[in-house]
Amino acid sequence: MGDLAGLIAKRLGLGLVTLLVVSVLIFFAVELLPGDIAQAVLGQGATEETVAAMREQLGLDRPAPVRYFEWLAGAVTGDFGTSLVSGERVSSAIGTRFINTLFLAAYAAVIAVPISILLGIVVALLRNSLFDRVANVMTLTSISSPEFFLGYILILYLAVKTGMFPALANLRADMTFVELLHRTFLPALTLVLVVTAHMMRMTRAAIINLLASPYIEMARLKGTPPWKVIVRHALPNAWAPIINVVALNLAYLITGVVLVEVVFVYPGIGQLLVDAVAKRDFPIVQACCLIFAATFILLNLTADVGAILTNPRLRHPK
Amino acid sequence: MKKKFTDKDVLLKIRGLKIDGYSDETWIPIIKGVDLTLHRGEVMGLIGESGAGKSTIGAAAMGYARDGTRISEGSIEFDGMELTTASEGERRALRGSRIAYVAQSAAASFNPAHKIIDQHTEAPVHYRIQKRMEAQEDAMELYERLRLPNPQEIGFRYPHQVSGGQLQRAMTAMAMSCRPDLIIFDEPTTALDVTTQIEVLAAIRDIVDQFNTAAIYITHDLAVVAQMADTIKVLLKGEEVEEAPTKEMLDNPREDYTKSLWAVRSFKRDQKSRPTDGTQPVISVQNIDAAYTGGVKVLDDVSFDIYPGMTVAVVGESGSGKSTTARVITGLLPPTEGQVLFKGDPLPPRYQDRNRDQLRQAQMIYQMADTALNPKVQINEIIGRPAQFYSGLRGQALKQRVDELLDLIELEPARFYNRYPPELSGGQKQRIGIARALAAEPDFIICDEVTSALDQLVAEGILKLLDRLQRELGLAYMFITHDLATVRSIADEVVVMQHGKVVEQGPKDEMFKPPHHPYTDLLLSSVPEMDPDWLTTLLEERGGVDNIGDAADV
Repeated sequence: MGDLAGLIAKRLGLGLVTLLVVSVLIFFAVELLPGDIAQAVLGQGATEETVAAMREQLGLDRPAPVRYFEWLAGAVTGDFGTSLVSGERVSSAIGTRFINTLFLAAYAAVIAVPISILLGIVVALLRNSLFDRVANVMTLTSISSPEFFLGYILILYLAVKTGMFPALANLRADMTFVELLHRTFLPALTLVLVVTAHMMRMTRAAIINLLASPYIEMARLKGTPPWKVIVRHALPNAWAPIINVVALNLAYLITGVVLVEVVFVYPGIGQLLVDAVAKRDFPIVQACCLIFAATFILLNLTADVGAILTNPRLRHPK
Repeated sequence: MKKKFTDKDVLLKIRGLKIDGYSDETWIPIIKGVDLTLHRGEVMGLIGESGAGKSTIGAAAMGYARDGTRISEGSIEFDGMELTTASEGERRALRGSRIAYVAQSAAASFNPAHKIIDQHTEAPVHYRIQKRMEAQEDAMELYERLRLPNPQEIGFRYPHQVSGGQLQRAMTAMAMSCRPDLIIFDEPTTALDVTTQIEVLAAIRDIVDQFNTAAIYITHDLAVVAQMADTIKVLLKGEEVEEAPTKEMLDNPREDYTKSLWAVRSFKRDQKSRPTDGTQPVISVQNIDAAYTGGVKVLDDVSFDIYPGMTVAVVGESGSGKSTTARVITGLLPPTEGQVLFKGDPLPPRYQDRNRDQLRQAQMIYQMADTALNPKVQINEIIGRPAQFYSGLRGQALKQRVDELLDLIELEPARFYNRYPPELSGGQKQRIGIARALAAEPDFIICDEVTSALDQLVAEGILKLLDRLQRELGLAYMFITHDLATVRSIADEVVVMQHGKVVEQGPKDEMFKPPHHPYTDLLLSSVPEMDPDWLTTLLEERGGVDNIGDAADV
């Protein structure tokens, strides 16, 4: 087991290094944006003195590397500075929004992951049948449609015409959990439709890819029924690619949902980011980007570790 | 071997079996009307070259058509039940319970994700023959009968934690789990070393005897089939050549094709000895130690010389360091100690530091011509590239050189110049591999198991070609192999390796004469012979099989 722990520690270390590199990129990319922050905040009418005073107040007159390390030191302790626009602490501005985003992502994932893997197994079992083709066409259609379009279609049929679900997902603090689920169902469903195809097709491909293996033929020649061949003999060896694609989609659910949040007016972190970019509220932009990057890296790390753990050769060394 | 079979004992009756294979978008016949009758307790050997349809017939005996094949005609009657018309469910119910299968590579045929014993108990539990715990106990008993070490414990390991020979026995045990009437053995020992092969052969023979199980034993190794089978059926390109009881078949083959199979092992060329006029060895390996990154030492103080125009066979089991030595010579793996001399001058340890002239001297021919040739590159380019790189030939001169090389390997240039490797047969591909090595105009070529993936007739052709090239071009060969029959036919000197060390070396005639190093002795005596009583006699001589190859099993 020593090898395994070492392997995981190595991945963790690599993840941290990646995150560090990304933080440099984020900081200096924002730095490179055209225009002056103080100028942007104060507007066109500001005199040179007020701009200079503002720059000093924000610490912008000091060299970039110094500010980078200050920012990094703050970020490590959870302090991302204060918003330039509202003067609010960035961490508190992001906090609840990020939790909302995580909730929506989890909601969608809890529905989408089991469904896509199950569907993937079924279409692998019934490969090249009518069911296989229909499932493929439908999921492909849903992944090919833009998500805002899907969102509006769902609003039209499930909210406006039938009134089963609310069209807008504005949240209140005093809602019960069931109410919350009901209210956020449409954005969650939109996300499910977007991510299912990818995971289902990967599950199908990963399983079918293994069906030519000698041990699958062996299982068939032992009289194992087809569904058992797939579930017991192919699936356990197909986890690595499946876990990877699931992680990729989970990351998307957290970082790529801006459009869905806008359509359903959902108070998530994506909307916050878009607003902040428009208002040049750079501390918030940097913090959001860093959180997104960390999410991506963390999920990919989990996928790597998961793939290692499902490999019996690594789990049970000689 | 002296069993008598009567008509009422017939277990499997195949009549006029035709099977089609799907290729190039049409169905082409691959089995063209084969009859087969197998009695209870009878072991039938199916032999023939690859492509003869042995495995396809084996699968058909289970009512199973592999992906891309279909049974188009004929009848397969198993114990009174017609399999070609039975439903898929009925056929499936026979598999594992009454007809079982043992595959060529146990390492690939055990599911890496489950413990061995869980795969063993799958069929008996599925068919409700035994409860899981009973099936496990039965598995342990079978493991014991098949002389697996630690029978109580070995099943609870994963396939990758067990050696190849042990896995093959575990797979035979698995086939026995439901005490089937018939087992199909599909080349079960082909992937094993000779020392390991013996234990598996002995184990299979015993257990088939004990339970009076009928078996179809598929192999291309005549000496192996001679030990195992009551009857032998010879196949060629999907048709039967002849069938006879083993003894009769070995003594008096009727058909010319069968005779030619028997004759293969007779190729032998005269042994040469080292030059005495003070010529330097073309390659001299001196006190080499080597290890893979972070790993343990895989070569330990390896030394041998190869003189111009001679063939040095390096033999040993898998893992003994034969191929690693080749990697050191070619510079792919720099040694940690020692050096390699070329005609007296040391070669830089890393190939990156060698100049063109030094690189040209160490050419390789690989075991798997399939994977050693880029399938998307035309033959003229495969051979032409090294010719261009080493000799700077271009245009017409290059084309002429490629033609010359193709002539040299006995492939007609006009026919092969523009073709791609997948269009070629196994033997032709291996010839292209040889031509590619020759294109560099080396003095020395490493042949890494070049014939072990080929059928005997084809392998014979390759050996003859290599021999002719050696005479015409004065090449020296380092011939890596585990097949001692090949060593007998072409080697001048032999180097025996075990666990990364050279245990014995010398001229071939001395090496094949006692007294031997005990390991050489073990290797030599493990090579199956055509005599059907060879295995029995050998086992008696060794007194019990318990630990024969366990040296090899570590």
